[in-house]
Amino acid sequence: MKKIKLFICTLAVFAMFSGSIAQAKVQIQWWHAFGGRLGELLNEQVEKFNASQNKYEVVHTRKGNYSETLNAGIAAFRAGQHPNILMVFEVGTASLMAAKGAYVPMYQLMKDAGQKFNPKGFVSAVSGYYTTTDGKMLSMPYNSSTPVLWVNKELMKKAGLDPEMDLSTWKKVGNALDAAKAKGIDMPFCTCWHSWVHLENFSAYHNIPFATKANGFGGLDTELAFNSPVHIKHIQTLGKWAQEGKFTYMGRRNEAGKNFRAGECMLMTESSAGYAGIKKAAKFEFGIRHLPYYGGTEAPQNTIIGGSSLWALSGKSAEENKATAAFLAFLSRTDIQAKWHQDTGYLGVTTAAAKKTKSSGFYKTNPGTDLAGIQMMRNKVTQNSKGLRLGSFDQIRGIIDEEMEGVYSGKKTAQVALDSAVRRGNVLLRRFERANK
Amino acid sequence: MEKRVFFKGWKLPLLLVTPQLIISAVFFFYPSGQAIWNSLFLPDPFGLKTEFVGLDNFRFLLSDSYYLASFKTTIIFSVAVTISSMLIGLYLAALADRLIKGSGVYQTLLIWPYAIAPAIAGVLWLFLFNGNIGLVSWYLKGLGYEWNHNLNGDQAMFLVVLASAWGRISYNFLFFFAGLQAIPKSILEAAAIDGASFWKRFMSVVIPLLSPITFFLLVVNIVYAFFDTFGVIHTITSGGPEQSTTILVYKVFSDGFVSQDLGSSAAQSVILLVLVGILTVIQFKYIERKVHY
Repeated sequence: MKKIKLFICTLAVFAMFSGSIAQAKVQIQWWHAFGGRLGELLNEQVEKFNASQNKYEVVHTRKGNYSETLNAGIAAFRAGQHPNILMVFEVGTASLMAAKGAYVPMYQLMKDAGQKFNPKGFVSAVSGYYTTTDGKMLSMPYNSSTPVLWVNKELMKKAGLDPEMDLSTWKKVGNALDAAKAKGIDMPFCTCWHSWVHLENFSAYHNIPFATKANGFGGLDTELAFNSPVHIKHIQTLGKWAQEGKFTYMGRRNEAGKNFRAGECMLMTESSAGYAGIKKAAKFEFGIRHLPYYGGTEAPQNTIIGGSSLWALSGKSAEENKATAAFLAFLSRTDIQAKWHQDTGYLGVTTAAAKKTKSSGFYKTNPGTDLAGIQMMRNKVTQNSKGLRLGSFDQIRGIIDEEMEGVYSGKKTAQVALDSAVRRGNVLLRRFERANK
Repeated sequence: MEKRVFFKGWKLPLLLVTPQLIISAVFFFYPSGQAIWNSLFLPDPFGLKTEFVGLDNFRFLLSDSYYLASFKTTIIFSVAVTISSMLIGLYLAALADRLIKGSGVYQTLLIWPYAIAPAIAGVLWLFLFNGNIGLVSWYLKGLGYEWNHNLNGDQAMFLVVLASAWGRISYNFLFFFAGLQAIPKSILEAAAIDGASFWKRFMSVVIPLLSPITFFLLVVNIVYAFFDTFGVIHTITSGGPEQSTTILVYKVFSDGFVSQDLGSSAAQSVILLVLVGILTVIQFKYIERKVHY
């Protein structure tokens, strides 16, 4: 009996001791928006980091989709219960930037923690999105993608078209759609992320402003400008295609991806990160092309990114900030970035990762996966192609989606819809400016 | 004759109402006070700074054509859900009431949908009408009717009304059925002997006797359509297309929790609070008078 007691006591003491060892590790929280395959890959990264050293421990939690994650983070911040690292999608960037005092800027975090950090190592088209106009990087790019054109080669053949035909301009795409419709193809064209592809990236690609003041990089007093003749021409074209049954509207987000993967849609504009899903599910030969443009304009300039970056929220101890810095530095390591790029179809956000992927021959065995990177870096970025920095942008995108639905259903002309979207969006921008003076 | 009970002193009565007062204070007065207070400010999302703006939030709302349209949407939606679910509920109850055998089975089956949470009901109907995989939309396409509730506001409205009314039919059925069972058979028989047809009996005997239940259901269904249909709308349309299914409650949510505009969201809550207050007063003051108990 006594022996058993002694044994239990020893066990208890041991448990306490080992518990204190575990506690000696600095634990930090990371809230993110990735489930499914992406969630598994993210978990892999965290486990690798936790196993690579014994000072810090990262705990990650999924908080829903991008919007839900941002909202959970903001609500937690108000209550003082926020995580160390918050994943914020590109649309929320301006909201975070304006909330000075809510985050520790990346350059500051790295400097305070004594981490080696080279902002120049990031692809400028990506890091520019998260960098102030005076060159200070505020958050760490995590996943970034850009829109491309996806081609179902079998449906192209069925439509009597050469699957390798030139689809570089919207005019040529239009001709292909005409031919497909004439041959009875049900869904010649579909698209995901309407505002992101057909207005935001469209603007950058044609080197025309989406909003004034360098798309909002120049100050909070920016105004929307996506109702120029070129914009109207494109949205009117989409509306016409919708009326003629060549373009089918499936929803505001990436719903159309299902139709493409099922082999129903012939041409689709969608993020380059659609790669993992399409490669896994498509039972047909597919191709990746550059996003089409209009001739007689400044296109093709370069496209911009979508995706998320990681923000270090403020109000944490120096110890924890050190852990955060160490983890973010780990994530930007070339091997981690290259693996992420190849697994997901997201861009390699550091130049070293892109180089490593190229030298490994990945692009040769997976043709088309390098197009997104080329498309983003094909030219020196201009004021119009650096990215967007607009407050309340999630809401503005909602407005744009609504107005575009009016065009697709034939209720509004592109001119009326875009003018209305600009006017309604400007009201929100003024409200945001006022709240963040 | 009204009965009145008097207490001696004030301690016991106070003690007896205290629990209710505490609940009201915590779950009603405190939050509504907060909403009224917040509606006068324009805060940034993180709560780092805030600015007193007076009634600007209300001015901002009332100049927003989509907010005004949301009132109309709410009325159309609530009336459609209430009337369709009550009529169908009454019809089914009248049929079940005439059954001699097996009415228990019908009752059980008809009450089932009530057990389904609004969000789940929304997803179920969404699957049926989904443009990619929906069974109903596939058949409609076969009949030559193009179904796309992502783009067609009327179709979207029809779908959210259908999904919202579906669960309510059970609830209304249950109450109407109980009401019908409570009507003394002798009255109906007397009317039949007087030569009244079934329809005549139904209209001039059954309907007036059902009026307390009808009134109760009217109030409950309107409140349901106003506040409890959030799950259905969120899962099926998220308020779209072009805000054609954005009812007032959904707008409070989307402006406050999606767009982080807490000032506007608070102002909308205040407007909603006033609106519901007025609605309740109207219902009890004018409609209840026509009810025979």
